[in-house]
Amino acid sequence: MINNEEITTNGSIFPLGWLDSLRVFFIEVGEISRFTLRFFKEVFIPRYEFKALVKQSYIIGYKSLPLIAITGLIIGLVLTIQARPTMAQFGAESWIPSMVSISIIREMGPVMVAVIFAGKVGSGIGAELASMKVTEQIDAMEVSGINPFKYLVVTRVMATTLMLPMLVTAADAISLVGAYVGVNLKGSISFHLFFLQVFSNLSFSDVIPAIIKTFFFGFSIGIVSCYKGYNANRGTEGVGEAANSAVVIGSLLVFIIDMIAVQLTSLIY
Amino acid sequence: MGIPLVEIEHLSKSFGSNRVLEDINLQLDPGENLVVFGKSGSGKSVLIKCLVGLMQPDGGCVKLFGEDIARLKTAELNVLRKKVGFLFQSAALYDSMTVRENLEFPLRDMKARSIADVEGLVKESLRNVGLEEAIDKMPSELSGGMIKRVGLARTLIMKPEIILYDEPTTGLDPITSREISQLIVDIQKKYNTAAIIITHDVACAKITSNRMLIIKDGVINATGTYAELSVSENEWIHSFFI
Repeated sequence: MINNEEITTNGSIFPLGWLDSLRVFFIEVGEISRFTLRFFKEVFIPRYEFKALVKQSYIIGYKSLPLIAITGLIIGLVLTIQARPTMAQFGAESWIPSMVSISIIREMGPVMVAVIFAGKVGSGIGAELASMKVTEQIDAMEVSGINPFKYLVVTRVMATTLMLPMLVTAADAISLVGAYVGVNLKGSISFHLFFLQVFSNLSFSDVIPAIIKTFFFGFSIGIVSCYKGYNANRGTEGVGEAANSAVVIGSLLVFIIDMIAVQLTSLIY
Repeated sequence: MGIPLVEIEHLSKSFGSNRVLEDINLQLDPGENLVVFGKSGSGKSVLIKCLVGLMQPDGGCVKLFGEDIARLKTAELNVLRKKVGFLFQSAALYDSMTVRENLEFPLRDMKARSIADVEGLVKESLRNVGLEEAIDKMPSELSGGMIKRVGLARTLIMKPEIILYDEPTTGLDPITSREISQLIVDIQKKYNTAAIIITHDVACAKITSNRMLIIKDGVINATGTYAELSVSENEWIHSFFI
């Protein structure tokens, strides 16, 4: 080792930081994979924590609804307002409801809501579990013979996986209402006609893949947040780091999964 | 006397190059209060964490109720853990739960218990530590001494045969420390529990101990009763009791 550099077998020199980062990255991927495997092992073994699952679903799902609803409304509204001038140039204003609805339901709704979800819920889970870890609450569960992984991790990952699709569905619906308002700001279209145009151009191939991918978004956000919190280092610094990295990695995974989902969808349909 | 409740043989534990515990041997008999004494950072807390499987030792053997915990499956270890109470240094109360929920939580696997039984156990445990009125409070509403007492009540609710206390008086004023120490003795007498008490508080050791071990740099440096060790001619040991 020469200062901050390391000589490889073929004689070339790489900065040690770069190699270390790569090594840490692969270790982290391995650890998250192991954590995910443990989740699948624990999820099917009794005891099932239904009460905790319902509580987490309420916190993660219901309590996120106002933020998701406001965001959804704004997405629909802004998308319509932004699209109108360009559509008007081509005399295609009548296509705005169809275009906006397809954009929202296929991409904007799932991805935007998932990213906001990663920010709100992912950071919350990361910080909560990390705080429990550093204050020995997780150890306290373990020594009293309770499986903390099942109680804390399995319930939260299940809740994020089940709640995100519901939130996305709600956000899509509210976005379409936002789009309706946006269309009517500079034009006039009845509620009935607007939604007739929306649904006439929507098919199951638009809706189903978009909903399916949100299960994966929710799962990955849940797993990463729980992993970061559950394995936090000691101290308050670890709590902040867990919350931060839960959001960063969670959001990044949303885009990666979305990219894969788009490729798969285009192959199937 | 029957088999020891706890037997530790040649236990060693390192963190990287830092050797925290080395060749530790100890035994805890029924009804005994064993104080493990030493300076901060001498490996006392690591010792009791190895004892309940929260940390894996690098070498040696830990036996709980005659069973080597390294050979047990998680489910089997959990059965033994239910017979061991652990009071953490911070008490580790679940801060999203009320005092009542904190106490009910360890009982959740006991399906046979009715709601009235659980309520009775919760109240009895809180009565033992003199905190019945705090039943519906959140941990954030309690003082340091009250948090320790609730932690102790949560430990007692499972009626453990062994209680492990990790620095039970740390961060408390001398009066509250004395009260907690006396509570430890009262609990031992009332329930005939055995206890390992990790502390660096001489007053706590004096009140609670039947026997003491002094750890220095991860090695057991001296053993004896409080009375014996307090008059030790070893300068380092004697310095604790001045």
